[in-house]
Amino acid sequence: MDFINHQLFIKDINVHIDPILPKKTAIITHGHADHARFGHDHVIATRQTIDIMKIRYGDKCAKKFTPLRYGQKYSIKNYDFTLHPAGHILGSAQVLVEKNNHRLVITGDYKVGKDETCKNFKLVKCDTLITEATFGLPIFQHPDPKDEIQKLIRSVKINKNNCHIVGAYALGKAQRVMNLLRQQKYNETIYIHGSLEKLCQYYSKEKINIGKFEKVSSKDKNFYEGKIIIAPPSALKDRWSRRFPNPIICMASGWMTVKQRAKQQGIELPLVISDHSDWNELLDTIKKSKAKNILITHGQEDALVYYCKKQNLVSKPLSIQGRSDEEIE
Amino acid sequence: MKKFSSLLHNLILTPSRNTKIKLLQDYFNKLDINRAYALAILSDQLSFQFIKASKLRELVYNQVDQHLFDYSYDYVGDLAETISLIWPTKKEGKSQNLSTLIENIKKIKKSEINTEFSKILSELSNNERWTLIKICTGGLRIGVSERLVKTALADLYNKSVNEIEEIWHGLEFPYENLFQWLKNETSKPKIDFKKLFHPMMLANPIDEEKDFKRLDANEFQAEYKWDGIRVQLMVSSKSVSLYSRTGDNISSAFPEIIEATKGDAVIDGELLVGRNFKPSGFNNLQQRLNRKKASKDLQNKFPVFIRAYDILFYKGKDLRKFSLLERRKYLEKFQKENKSNQIDLSSIINFSTWKELTKYKNNFHDDLNEGVMIKLKNSEYLPGRKKGYWYKWKKNPKLVDAILMYAQRGHGKRSSYYSDFTFGVWKESELVPIGKAYSGYTDKELLVLDKFIRNNTINKFGPVREVKKEIILEVAFDDVFPSTRHKSGVAMRFPRIHRIRWDKPVNEVLTISEFKKEFKLS
Repeated sequence: MDFINHQLFIKDINVHIDPILPKKTAIITHGHADHARFGHDHVIATRQTIDIMKIRYGDKCAKKFTPLRYGQKYSIKNYDFTLHPAGHILGSAQVLVEKNNHRLVITGDYKVGKDETCKNFKLVKCDTLITEATFGLPIFQHPDPKDEIQKLIRSVKINKNNCHIVGAYALGKAQRVMNLLRQQKYNETIYIHGSLEKLCQYYSKEKINIGKFEKVSSKDKNFYEGKIIIAPPSALKDRWSRRFPNPIICMASGWMTVKQRAKQQGIELPLVISDHSDWNELLDTIKKSKAKNILITHGQEDALVYYCKKQNLVSKPLSIQGRSDEEIE
Repeated sequence: MKKFSSLLHNLILTPSRNTKIKLLQDYFNKLDINRAYALAILSDQLSFQFIKASKLRELVYNQVDQHLFDYSYDYVGDLAETISLIWPTKKEGKSQNLSTLIENIKKIKKSEINTEFSKILSELSNNERWTLIKICTGGLRIGVSERLVKTALADLYNKSVNEIEEIWHGLEFPYENLFQWLKNETSKPKIDFKKLFHPMMLANPIDEEKDFKRLDANEFQAEYKWDGIRVQLMVSSKSVSLYSRTGDNISSAFPEIIEATKGDAVIDGELLVGRNFKPSGFNNLQQRLNRKKASKDLQNKFPVFIRAYDILFYKGKDLRKFSLLERRKYLEKFQKENKSNQIDLSSIINFSTWKELTKYKNNFHDDLNEGVMIKLKNSEYLPGRKKGYWYKWKKNPKLVDAILMYAQRGHGKRSSYYSDFTFGVWKESELVPIGKAYSGYTDKELLVLDKFIRNNTINKFGPVREVKKEIILEVAFDDVFPSTRHKSGVAMRFPRIHRIRWDKPVNEVLTISEFKKEFKLS
């Protein structure tokens, strides 16, 4: 495993995984901005991740694209690469690198729980596991997202004169919230912030059930009473959100587990819906992967490193620059 | 319990005062059996003898790995929330009434606390567990003041909140007489006002720019603002008792006051340490605080006295509706009739313009007062912090530039931000910490500091991060004392971050000996 360094760089063949700066060859795990960047020479990713990158950064955001199906092998010299579902967002993948019988898995961001908006996580056995640790503390035990979305639906029913603005990341979380609402038989049109439109259209095109949606427009103020509006978290504090009648500010995020966090951000209705593994899922994945060597990327790595050492697994944190240790999802 | 815990959950997340009042009213309107408990909890009057924060830590360490708990607590910054989230839920039991649950907990024997209370925690939902632990640790800190609860009750039953405030300290759990009166079933509860702690009249900080233009100096009188603890002294022929600002009876800690005081009155004043009515600083007073009893030795070493500001009752007569000037006459009368080595009067400062008063605020020869109080001459004695009557005008703080050395995550509303800062000055080529501050900065400055700390950590000691020595903080503080407990030999009183000194290089920061010299510690 010493063929990869703490920046997820394989020097031998000049390949980076999720690099922050423009590189020659970049394997991209998924389309979130802290993983997928503009300006690489050659991007290797799932077709959907490539589509998403093009939607976000334009068709020319890399010189060359190589789409891979899940499980399809791609070799450079004596390194074999395959992508496997990570269950994080549409197109998200884990990267399996095989070299001389050593199996290394870079999970990227992942969640183990079920999600209709993407292919569900597949456990890949390996010798070395490089795992994320966004929610790497035992306080994070995500509840059933169905119960969380029911809280929103109930609040909409009770507070008929308010509109509910749900903060959700534009890529992945927003569409998951929409899909969860549909699963729970919420059939009204969902209103979305303009920045979500293209991605929602793409999810629809990919046959993900997010139902009927419409971009928020300057309609009569009262029109939005009783409606659900989805917006990126940054818009919640913006002037944008003040146009709505008696808004109840909601947020769909794993961070909402902590009340003090919700309060700090002025969230009145926190919805604990996460696209990352919680503590137990992280432990479970580490165990089932059978890996003897665990490296931990961004997140709350201290507790996870401590846990792995206690299990006699070789473990250390990798500090990757450009990824804040929180606020990512 | 489900309903009460969702009330607290909603209260903590609701920014709007009106919505909070409505939530409280909805709760108090419906639930007969539980509301007395709710009222006791919301006004921080309910606690369990055997279950405090330290006990809860012990219990949680039995359930989860100590290190994992500590990492989590550091992240969350709130004990109740950390325990409630990390506690392994066994199986949610049948939901219990708030009142039943509390009575059951009260019945637990001390020897069975560990098993029995752990069992209760295991059977609650996350949110209920959070609520119960909040109750145990006291001080809910959910953005609801006692006053707001009273306001909600008053509005609900068309009473005035001042009426509730007046009788509040004479009420006892389960507040039946209060609720009956609120519902107009009986008349207002009869309270023996002479024996009752009366909520104190408090001052608002003065806004130098606005207020001095608006206010007529002739209508006000000024006194020094002494740096002790505010007390209420209740004297009658039968008994003498001393109360703290929050209404706690602290008589047993100050026996010399109790023994020496005679007369029949309720006095408002400042408790200070010193001989012959010469205060010797808050540092010395601290030796007498937070003690249940005071030994003779301690009394001799740190003698206390009361500097009287005001009088509320004189020989059974309620003076609270009298003007300050009239009350002052009664206070002087009381003082003359009951000469004591333990009580003197706060002196009145003569001034005719605000400008003249500035002199008194800043140039008072020593550091024993914190500034001046400005009181409307014809003000009644009103409980709470009413606007327009009493003002405090603090001295300009002392300032020192120091280098940010360590940071830790904050608690409560600052949890998860690196908001507790340790700063230091030079001692030869090394830095020595001189204090720790967790307030004073703007929200914007906090974000900048938080980001700096995350990107410039050079060492981690558990939850504490050591950072690159690049940031200079201008620290404001009220006073500084010599201290044997700190490596630097100094202890600051109320240090806070005044601003970030982007303009100053770190090598221009004082050395510890320069610092001591400047603030007359050596």
